[in-house]
Amino acid sequence: MQRNLRTVAMAAAVVSALALAGCASATPDTASGGCEPSDGPVDLTFTSWVPGMDQVVALWNEKNPDIQVEFQTGPNGNSGTYQNFFNQIKAGNAPDVGQVEYDALPSFRVQDGLENIAGCGDILAAGDQFVDWTWSQVTFGEDNAVYAIPQDSGPTAMYYRADLFEAAGIPVPTTWAEYADAAAKIKALGSYITNFPKTDVNWFAGMVWQNNGQWFENNGEDWTVDLTSPESLEVADYWQGLLDRGEVSTLASFSDEWNASFNTGQQWTWISAVWGASTIKSGAPDTSGKWAVAQMPQWNAGDDAAGNWGGSSSAVLKGSKHPYEAAQFALWLNTDPDALEMANELGGLYPASKDGANLPVFTAGQEFYGGQKIYDVFAEASAQVIPNFVWGPTMTQTYTDVSDGFGAALGGSGTLADALATGTEKTIAALKAQSIPVAE
Amino acid sequence: MSAPSLTRSSKAKGSQREPILSRSAAMLIMGVFTLYFLIPIWWLLVSSTKTQGQFTTTPALIFTPDAIPNFIDNISGLFAYNDGVFLKWILNSVLYAGAGALLGTVIASMCGYALAKYGFRGREAVFNLVLSGVLVPATALALPLFLIFSQVGLTNTFWAVFLPSIVSPFGVYLARIYAASSVPDELLEAARLDGSNEVRTFFTVATRLMAPALVTIFLFQFVAIWNNFFLPLIMLRDPSLFPVTLGLYSWNSAIGQNPELRSFVIIGAFVSIIPLIIAFLSLQRFWSGGLAAGSIK
Repeated sequence: MQRNLRTVAMAAAVVSALALAGCASATPDTASGGCEPSDGPVDLTFTSWVPGMDQVVALWNEKNPDIQVEFQTGPNGNSGTYQNFFNQIKAGNAPDVGQVEYDALPSFRVQDGLENIAGCGDILAAGDQFVDWTWSQVTFGEDNAVYAIPQDSGPTAMYYRADLFEAAGIPVPTTWAEYADAAAKIKALGSYITNFPKTDVNWFAGMVWQNNGQWFENNGEDWTVDLTSPESLEVADYWQGLLDRGEVSTLASFSDEWNASFNTGQQWTWISAVWGASTIKSGAPDTSGKWAVAQMPQWNAGDDAAGNWGGSSSAVLKGSKHPYEAAQFALWLNTDPDALEMANELGGLYPASKDGANLPVFTAGQEFYGGQKIYDVFAEASAQVIPNFVWGPTMTQTYTDVSDGFGAALGGSGTLADALATGTEKTIAALKAQSIPVAE
Repeated sequence: MSAPSLTRSSKAKGSQREPILSRSAAMLIMGVFTLYFLIPIWWLLVSSTKTQGQFTTTPALIFTPDAIPNFIDNISGLFAYNDGVFLKWILNSVLYAGAGALLGTVIASMCGYALAKYGFRGREAVFNLVLSGVLVPATALALPLFLIFSQVGLTNTFWAVFLPSIVSPFGVYLARIYAASSVPDELLEAARLDGSNEVRTFFTVATRLMAPALVTIFLFQFVAIWNNFFLPLIMLRDPSLFPVTLGLYSWNSAIGQNPELRSFVIIGAFVSIIPLIIAFLSLQRFWSGGLAAGSIK
């Protein structure tokens, strides 16, 4: 999950009422019948790139002698595994269960790469166990349909250098207006409040998400693409302002220079997802104990909205011969306390399961963050993520085109808003090129 | 008379001046390129002696005081991580590249020798067909190969990477050119008269004469298989079958979940170039000799 950050994206979204079903011209069977347990022992395959997942699978195999799962791995989704999934689906030998990030689910759905597992035992009823927005992501808002089991999520909050804010007498911002004020003061002290990451378009999408904006809609038939909604433009103009005033750096997130800027106190905050905690910890070791986490700034004082950056699901891929067992395994993988604890410890996953947030590992104070129980903040943020964000069916392309535009804007040609307009045009062209119906 | 001697003397002067100029220019260019190629390796060496925290807190190209203990820590961590899977990957790469290059060399040299020394109908057609294989990039073949191997149920097996690796159109080309020029027909005739059959003649007479070309083919093929990343990426899912390139790439793409992997990717990349360096140092004499001989003849 998180990893994909850079290359592309992750993040998640939901489709609430607007079913993707529509793209259904290319996606025939939405019926959930015909999912019965198999007779006799079953062998499944499961592909994931999360470190340590092989050990979670071993735990399952120990407990379920009749359903043995073979673990397979590869690079993260956008680095090759998604393409492998599509190749395998074509060849008829896809794994029964595969890891798919929320923002990639629509592309699998429109290419008919997912099995509907709603009829597989009690899967439909399992929705209550997951954070609402993650469940909308895997159902696409369709009735009687479940295409994957939510695995992890990336609710966003604000990491900040508590010591520097206090020493400078700058109040910790709670709104975006205060954040801009703080940015100006920090600039005057010779540092930056944060960076604007031109390549992390999924991060930017998370900011739009927090502002209750949408980039995509699907009415069950046609897709609507508009990256330039008022909410989206508000976010773009806000960051354009910070960039124009030179109050944010333009370092690439996750680069060595960027890590060093945190380590030397040149950047004071990072609006990021829950998994970012380990990123800062490993990248800025000299600042241990000086960080804290707060809810991310709000557009209106008193609001309580969070965005999301990253997260993935365990999808039953098209062609599985044992969808029932595959669905049971996927459900266990993402709800069993032992499994979730191992996935967090070894793979850094923050569970999409509601109960998962109460695991002992998430209730302890974090030394690096001055002893703060930072996961309490993220649990709160997780519940505040707006549940109906929709990802498009060609996010890799959208990310690339918007990122190119952001890069140009940072280089002084055009603005972030221009980049979004261009991204809209190119995405519509890409959908048409793939014969995905687009509403004009 | 005087005109030519003038020309000659001015030429001589020029040729005296030029060497200094061109030599220093050549040295400069070589120096720049040497730096250009060596700095990344230097960075890799220095980085593999750092702890996770030191990546961002210390200068990138300078050793830290505790470089040696860190290096030992990193190495032992690398080989211990995930039950020593890294060692498995290195051995896999050695097996794919070593056995694949050996078998590939045998096949290519037999094929090239046959094309050079036996006249048969369609010889040029066969040769041109093989030669056209040089023009098709290996990456373009990976997906079709995946679909074919899926049909016969061989994806995600050792054979999925090994079998495509033993084919070398370029090796056939080189072997034919080299056999044509370095294996005299008279010698083969003599061997036949002495009662040697064709296979024995090939292995006892022809391969010795072709040795420089064989080493060249072996090295090319070894490096090509070692560096072949796309085919294993598409074919393999089982981490115990990965070559080291794919294993490191997977780790690198999972740094987000597990930042500890960053150290391992760097030290692993450093360790993984050592077998290539060994192969080059031990075989490069043959390689340069073979290339030069082939090109002159």
